[in-house]
Amino acid sequence: MISQDLQIVLPEILLALYAMAALLIAVYTGKDKVASVVNWATVAVFLVLAFWIGVSGSGDQTAFDGMFNDDAFARFGKVTILISAAAVLAISRDYMSRRGLLRFEYPVLVALATVGMMVMVSAGDLMALYMGLELQSLALYVVASLRRDSVKSTEAGMKYFVLGALSSGLLLYGASLTYGFTGTTLFSGIIAATGDEVSIGLLFGLVFMFAAFAFKVSAAPFHMWTPDVYEGSPTPVTAFFATAPKVAAMGLFARVAFDAFGGIVGDWQQIVSLVAILSMFIGGIAAIGQRNIKRLMAYSSIAHMGFALMGLAAGTAAGVQSMLIYMAIYVTMNIGTFAFILSMEKDGTPVADINMLKMYSRQQPLRAMALLFLMFSLAGVPPFLGFFAKFGVFTAALSSGLVWLAVLGGIASVIGAFYYLRIVFYMYFGEEKDGLDSTMSPVAWAALMASAAIMLLGLFNLFGIEGIAAAAAQSLVN
Amino acid sequence: MIGIEHYLTVAAALFVIGIFGLFLNRKNIIILLMSIELILLACNINFVAFSSYLNDLVGQVFTLFVLTVAAAEAAIGLAILVCFFRNRGTIDVEDVNVMKG
Repeated sequence: MISQDLQIVLPEILLALYAMAALLIAVYTGKDKVASVVNWATVAVFLVLAFWIGVSGSGDQTAFDGMFNDDAFARFGKVTILISAAAVLAISRDYMSRRGLLRFEYPVLVALATVGMMVMVSAGDLMALYMGLELQSLALYVVASLRRDSVKSTEAGMKYFVLGALSSGLLLYGASLTYGFTGTTLFSGIIAATGDEVSIGLLFGLVFMFAAFAFKVSAAPFHMWTPDVYEGSPTPVTAFFATAPKVAAMGLFARVAFDAFGGIVGDWQQIVSLVAILSMFIGGIAAIGQRNIKRLMAYSSIAHMGFALMGLAAGTAAGVQSMLIYMAIYVTMNIGTFAFILSMEKDGTPVADINMLKMYSRQQPLRAMALLFLMFSLAGVPPFLGFFAKFGVFTAALSSGLVWLAVLGGIASVIGAFYYLRIVFYMYFGEEKDGLDSTMSPVAWAALMASAAIMLLGLFNLFGIEGIAAAAAQSLVN
Repeated sequence: MIGIEHYLTVAAALFVIGIFGLFLNRKNIIILLMSIELILLACNINFVAFSSYLNDLVGQVFTLFVLTVAAAEAAIGLAILVCFFRNRGTIDVEDVNVMKG
């Protein structure tokens, strides 16, 4: 029995063991001298695990009496998380070494955060959920303040820590109420205990927990930490925040919404719709005044989380499928965009001002073209993939009868398109500037080009992701 | 007779005090850490009260996990605080303002 349980959680166990072994080995050998090796080893481990999880397992399995799920939904989430974490580590290696930030702790902490995220998307119990979430959060607080000697970075870590701990507190309070009013912490038990009549205590528990998840996915009105943390953290860390943890938090959100509260979809649908609308509009409008590209990407991620939540708000398998596709596309776009942002520097120092991009197309036509693809895709302009992502969630919302939600989403996406298109305008029509340095590491260049190419080539069949996402959604909603 | 509702009231009061401590406090980051601890312990009271009321041990197991995580969280919070103090030379909440939202 126990060996079968361990078999199911083997990927998580192996990754945790790897992280601890890497930490020990790095401390006892060369410390930061082996940082590069640890970085690439972590990338390799992530990719191997992603491949293994992707091709192995089939069907639904649970371990530890239902505390841990291994189903198509969890596998989709894990593969996305692992691949994006590997990509971020790979593109940030060069930036880290040029800034003297190449410390062996960084890949180790990312590996530990990834273990937490994998537990999050597989959680089948409030305890497993809490432990996964905390393992992820605690590692992320530390990487936010990775640049110990910078006021900005430590301040970002401080803000992230305080607000993250507050959201953990909200989650726990909600979990305690849910436990008290259903008598169990197992998701399967919670869904069995909720009948047609929902007690007010359980409703409070649900609201507290959803508020905490909104914090973690940085959805409005709980988004206030995002711009500061994105701006203050070192850019590779920002790139990481914008990708894997978002997928994990969104996966956890869907997991709890359907596995634990799937019987009372009508009760949480309004909450999620409201959060989605607020995020789309706040993310779209507040970004207009931003000149710092990292803050801009923070508001962009708030808006994108709003769109992804629209898929969740639909409350159907089609909605979850569109949300999963949205997240996969969003992560791909963000990896490409951050590969570019990582290479933005002037005379050897990193810059984040979007004014520096003026007439970039004249210096680097190819890179400008790739960034144009990504910006159009982020804005949701057809025929790029970002359009199909938005189209999917709008369709899901419409087919659930949430017409007003889809209409408001359409308006918000038009508002949000403005600031993406402004970047494109600067690159092609802005006034002449003495511009950015032309250095860019080969890995980052490859990531930028690959992600831009995916945005265009994906329109034929989305690389077959649709069917996988459909199977994943089916395993969650039934 | 002390029933479950008394425990829940105490926990809710502590939780709200913790939240107010986070938002109204203008003095010192250490007080933020104390407020966070208060919030987590309020949740623990809830868990233990429900656990005893439902005659189910799971709530108490959860409490042990929460205590462990709270300790780790405090350690990380203090570590970040020390780094921040070294760079900024102050731990006033009003001075956490290099970046404006």
